[in-house]
Order: sequence, then structure tokens, then C-alpha cells
Amino acid sequence: MSEHVIEISDLSRHFGKKQALANVNLSVPEGCVFGLVGENGAGKTTLLKHVLGFLKPQQGTVRVFGLDPVVDPPGVLGRVGHLSETRDLPTWMSIRELFEFTRAFYPKWDPVYAEELRNMFELSLNQKVPTLSRGQLARAGLLLALAHRPPLLVLDEPSSGLDPVVRKDILDAIIRTVVDEGRTVLFSSHLLDEVQRVSDRIAILDQGKILLASPLDEVLVSHYQLTVSFQEPQPFFPQLTGALMWTGSGREWKIVCNGQKQELEAALQELNAEILEQNAPTLEEIFVARMKSVERSAAT
Amino acid sequence: MQIQLSEADGTPYYLQVANQVKFLVASGRLEPHEQLPSVRGLAQQLTITPNTVARAYRELESEGVVISKRGAGVFISNGVSPLSNKEKRRILNERMDALLTESRQLGVDEATLLKLLRQRSQKFDLYKEVEK
Repeated sequence: MSEHVIEISDLSRHFGKKQALANVNLSVPEGCVFGLVGENGAGKTTLLKHVLGFLKPQQGTVRVFGLDPVVDPPGVLGRVGHLSETRDLPTWMSIRELFEFTRAFYPKWDPVYAEELRNMFELSLNQKVPTLSRGQLARAGLLLALAHRPPLLVLDEPSSGLDPVVRKDILDAIIRTVVDEGRTVLFSSHLLDEVQRVSDRIAILDQGKILLASPLDEVLVSHYQLTVSFQEPQPFFPQLTGALMWTGSGREWKIVCNGQKQELEAALQELNAEILEQNAPTLEEIFVARMKSVERSAAT
Repeated sequence: MQIQLSEADGTPYYLQVANQVKFLVASGRLEPHEQLPSVRGLAQQLTITPNTVARAYRELESEGVVISKRGAGVFISNGVSPLSNKEKRRILNERMDALLTESRQLGVDEATLLKLLRQRSQKFDLYKEVEK
């Protein structure tokens, strides 16, 4: 087996005139937690649906465990636990029926583990799906995704709109999955502090394109934030290479930068600006800066 | 072992873990020969990936803070000063930068600052005497 659990090459997809994915290349190595981030409508769900074989590539290829998920759904889905953004569970069933129903699809369903998770998530067997709260629904969906101990877990916005207690359950489940030797997690999220916490690698998707795909530590150390002070108030922030985003007014400004540190420091010195402080921006600050920088270059 | 990770800081988590282990050693909360939690155990405790913990432990091992014994686990090494001179300087530099920035903003020149620091240090010694 290849060491990449997921291999996507040159994947493109249109919905009518809208390009949802454009020449996406992405590899997810075995045993890692891969976080997919992007604004609403960036194409995250569409990308995950291709991984699960729910959408057929219009161009390019998708391989999961070396298999084509469209051609061989049992070969792929039998080894994947997934949680969709809409958590579409059959509404007429009770939790017990849901267990029996889902179990039938997965030969590797582990009833002991399912029961352990059910107790941990405090779900009652007789409860019906429509009576579940949002948090309970997420926990039920997560349980169904985990109980057959899949080597790959695919989660679409697993914690959006949930309270901190359920979010913690979801993060714990992600970690528990990779702690079990060699298993892999691919998840999309808006909550960048969570992505920063649990991911080994991240990819930023913007308007169907991969803007950046890299180990998280590399993303964090290649960006830095400077607080600078000019001698004279600046009506606008001057054009500087490497500066992705700036906020401030008058003499003091804060800039998020990527690489090119020496050039930037030299340019600031030329403008008689003093660097007051340097610190490490969070993933969220980096993401926002990247997005602003893309918007700016699109506008010009 | 209690480690507190900060999400408000873009410092990679493996470095946050490694730095905090060093501080725990320096402050005596971790003692020589003491065993650290397993990679998986600490990953679950902190909700970070095992790869991150493993990288932190490798970093600590290369700096001689911990020793990894095959099959037995990871232990605090014996007698080695947990903070290298470089590390000590790094920590002090951070504080000194803050002090210098503040004193310059207050218009206190270097000579005055040094005088104040010396006075403070003498007072500090005096307090210690009194405490004893």
C-alpha cells in the first residue's frame, strides 16, 4: 500500500458555471491529522465528497487506499468513518435501530466499543433521532463513524455550531483515532484554534484552489507578526513585500508577514520605522492575512 | 505532569511542550530519573497529535534533557542542567528587552537604568536576609 492514504491529482469540478474545485492536488500521509480550512463556499465539502466517492471527478483522479472510491465504494467506504456536515441520520429510527442499521454495513463493527462510546456520550438506546439535540446528533453521528474502527476518518465541519463540551468530545475522538497506530484523519473546520491544536498538516482552500498545503509547524514558523512605529503618522500603510496584512493608524501598525524577513526589515529601516515587537501569529491570524492578501491582489 | 498549551500563541505546540518540560525540570517539579508520560498518553491528555508529542520528546532528547530507553519509556536525565546557557540567555533577553523598551519610553537613560538595577539588586539581597 502507498504511504499516502489519500491521493488527489488535478481534480476539477464545476457546478453549472461555478467552478467548485480547480486543479486540486493533495496528498494525505498515513497516520496524520489533516485539517482542511477555507471560507464558506471554498469547496471543502465538495472535496470531501470526492474523497468519499459521492461525487465523480469531472477531471483528475482521486485515490483512497489506492482505490477509486467511485468504482469501488465498498472497498473505500468500508474502511472510512465519516461524519457529514448535515449529519443526515434517518429520522424515524431510535438510537438502537440506528446501531443495528449501520452495523449491517460494516463487518468490522465493534459492539463493545460502540457501547463504550454510547455510555461516554450519554446516549439512550430508546431515544429517537428527531428528539436529539444538536450536540447529541453530532455525538451519535460520531459514534457511528468510529464504531467500526476505520483506518480513515473523514469529518466535515464536525464541531460547527456545537457547545464546548461536545467540541471537546470530537477533538478527543480525533486524537484517539490517530493514537491507535497508523490511523488517519481528514477534517474540515472553521474553528482555526481547533485546527491549530490537533492538526499535523493543513491545507487552505480558496475558491476551489489550494492556496497552501504544508505541515502546520512550517506554516506557523514561516509567518511572523511585527508591531512597528513610524516617525510620522502614515495615512496609508506603505507597500512592502512580504507584508500580507496590516492594521493600525497613525504611527503604530501591526503587520502579518510571510518570509522575506531581511528584505522587510531593510525596507522598514529605510522608512525610518522601528520594530517594537515581534511575535508568532496564530493560525487564525495567518489565515485571515492570507485571505486579505488574496482579496487585495484580486482587486488590483 | 501538568502542561498548559496556549492557543493565543503561534509558537508550534511541540516547542511549547518542550519549553514547558524544561521549565518543570528547572523548577524541580520534574526530577532526574522521573518518567514522563507516554507519547500517546500525553497526546490524549493535551488533545494534540502523537506526532507533536514525539517531536517534542525528540527535541528534548537531542538537548540532553531527557533520555529515551527502548521499551521502557522516556526519563528525565540525570544531573544535566536543564537550561543551556543559550536558553538562559534567551529567557533573560526577553525580559531585558521589555525593560529596555519601557525605560526608553519613560526617558530613562542607560546609566540611570544600570544604577537603578544595582540598587534594586542590593535591596533584593537585603530582603532575602530578612526573610531568613
